[in-house]
Amino acid sequence: MTAFWQDIISGVMIGSLYALIALGFVLIYKSSQVLNFAQGEVVMFGGFIAVALVASYSIALPIAFLLTLVCAGLIGLVIERGLLRPLIGKPLISIVMATIGLASVLRGLAPMLWGSSTKSFPDSFLNDNRPIDFLGVPVARISLWSFGFAVLFVVLFGLFFKFTRTGLAMQAVADDQQAAMSMGISVPRVFAWSWGIALVVAAIGGTILGNRQGVDISLATIGLKVFPVVILGGLDSITGAIVAGIAIGVIENLAGTYVDPHVGGGFKDVAPYVVMVIVLMIRPYGLFGSPEIERV
Amino acid sequence: MIVTRTGQFKKSYAADAAIQRTNLQRIAFWGFVVAMFVLVPRVLSTVWINNVNQVLIAVVGVTGLNILLGYTGQISIGHGAFAGVGAFTMAVLNNRWHVPMLVGLPIGAAMAALLGLAVGIPSLRVKGLYLAVATLASQEILSWFFEHMEWLTKQKTSSVDVRAAWLHIPGILNHKFKTDTDLFYLFGVIAVVTVLATENLMRSRIGRAFVAIRDREIAAEIAGVNAFSYKLLAFTISAFIAGIAGGMQALLFSRAQITPSQFDINLSINWLAMNIIGGLGSVPGAIYGATFLVLLPIELRNWITSFRGSYRWLADHYSQIQDVLFGLIIIGFLIFEPDGLNAIWLRIRRFFTHWPFAA
Repeated sequence: MTAFWQDIISGVMIGSLYALIALGFVLIYKSSQVLNFAQGEVVMFGGFIAVALVASYSIALPIAFLLTLVCAGLIGLVIERGLLRPLIGKPLISIVMATIGLASVLRGLAPMLWGSSTKSFPDSFLNDNRPIDFLGVPVARISLWSFGFAVLFVVLFGLFFKFTRTGLAMQAVADDQQAAMSMGISVPRVFAWSWGIALVVAAIGGTILGNRQGVDISLATIGLKVFPVVILGGLDSITGAIVAGIAIGVIENLAGTYVDPHVGGGFKDVAPYVVMVIVLMIRPYGLFGSPEIERV
Repeated sequence: MIVTRTGQFKKSYAADAAIQRTNLQRIAFWGFVVAMFVLVPRVLSTVWINNVNQVLIAVVGVTGLNILLGYTGQISIGHGAFAGVGAFTMAVLNNRWHVPMLVGLPIGAAMAALLGLAVGIPSLRVKGLYLAVATLASQEILSWFFEHMEWLTKQKTSSVDVRAAWLHIPGILNHKFKTDTDLFYLFGVIAVVTVLATENLMRSRIGRAFVAIRDREIAAEIAGVNAFSYKLLAFTISAFIAGIAGGMQALLFSRAQITPSQFDINLSINWLAMNIIGGLGSVPGAIYGATFLVLLPIELRNWITSFRGSYRWLADHYSQIQDVLFGLIIIGFLIFEPDGLNAIWLRIRRFFTHWPFAA
């Protein structure tokens, strides 16, 4: 039974990280109807920037973290301006392929800039791997820290949307672009904001994840993990991203313990997709996504 | 007074629906086909015949994808897996039950088509990006399946040793496809048939229904097109052709092994990119895109890895350069030439046919 509870708890912990990264997807989708297939690569890039600042330039972790967020935000603005704005109004496949192309560029660029070996953060409280007793179950401290940070940032972003001027403008654009425009909101600026913030979120995810497992190109596979999360939760729902993130984290762990031995391993990585497809058959817009209304 | 013809004037419906609209086009097409079959085996080196074979595989695969993506407007990030189903079905049949490969090829394609049908079923309710990620899910699930099917292949890993392609009709024909040249003839025929069949399909009732669904699904339904069954049909046909391409891939590796990693998400993305770069919704476009994106990396590798001395850095980072370039080419085409290579070709042709009256 301990194994079961351990699965649940570590599932919730890693799930909170998925939720945080899924938040990046949802932000961009809500404002501009773009699903960013490069989100995993962006997470990797954020991790690389952070580890380069900490390890190569030996800047203290908190400052390096802030600098990473600034860099990520700027990269987000550049991507929005250079890649997505020319494609406004183009068919879905163009936008999907543009972000896939972006993913390829980032995947090639990162090892060219920082080398292809795995880089690890210097020891700090964030990558302390010693177990600690949590509700009677041993949990690595690093998991608790990443859980704490993920929750903190999810809450911070939640407050940002509810109470700041920019956050409210973003909600308005997500709701109805034309109405938002007529209220004097600059829609392109909101797009820029949402890409900037989405990349900041990704960089936070990359730094936390990089502390857990080291930074190399495989960090980008988190993108493939988070797709089922955003779809399961519904592309345009922040609540959905949080609920689905934690659900997928737990499902993944349970599948790893209880299904893997019977099917020859590796099912852990596929289980989220299986669950996602089943849910999509019943609820085509995910658990919390809002249905699109089509008109001729 | 100069009098020249500045366009094509059709006098019958048959002329309007023709694939090759002018005599020149007809001559050019069949001339190209004949020249390909005659010249390629005689003029090109073995390495280049192998390259041409890879181009032909990609042409078939992208033509299949184009039916679904370019004509019906449904995004699939799972075509690599369909190709894998075709390849592995054929290889396993051959390996365990000694089914000749050319019998296995259609069986594999049929299996792929069945899976395509299954993947298409969510398209009844699931649309747009949700459907795209659902096809991505099928890619991931099938990739996982390929990696864990030792029970099916009866080998230690999921890789399957492939024997030589074998055309065996008892008493009449017993031909083994051993060399690249042999395979070239086979692939050439498959590619030409696929291309012509697709062109024909697209000018039929079915093709028009596909295009109607792509342009606006609800309007198509109001006009009497059963969108769901036509979308299923598109998924099935498209997966069938992808399965054939997968089988061809297995034949090409018939002196080696086929492995699950040959049919992972990268193949799906490559085919998507070829389709975009060639031009969506155009059969010639699929050919241009496949040729361009198969040959470019090969030539690039030859060129970059030849660097020595102070340019050594480039040679060492070849695969990263390729990734970056691949992404930039996709992005460049999307922003500057969304209709792809086909549009460039049409513009060049228009310049000459309309000269000197219009540019």
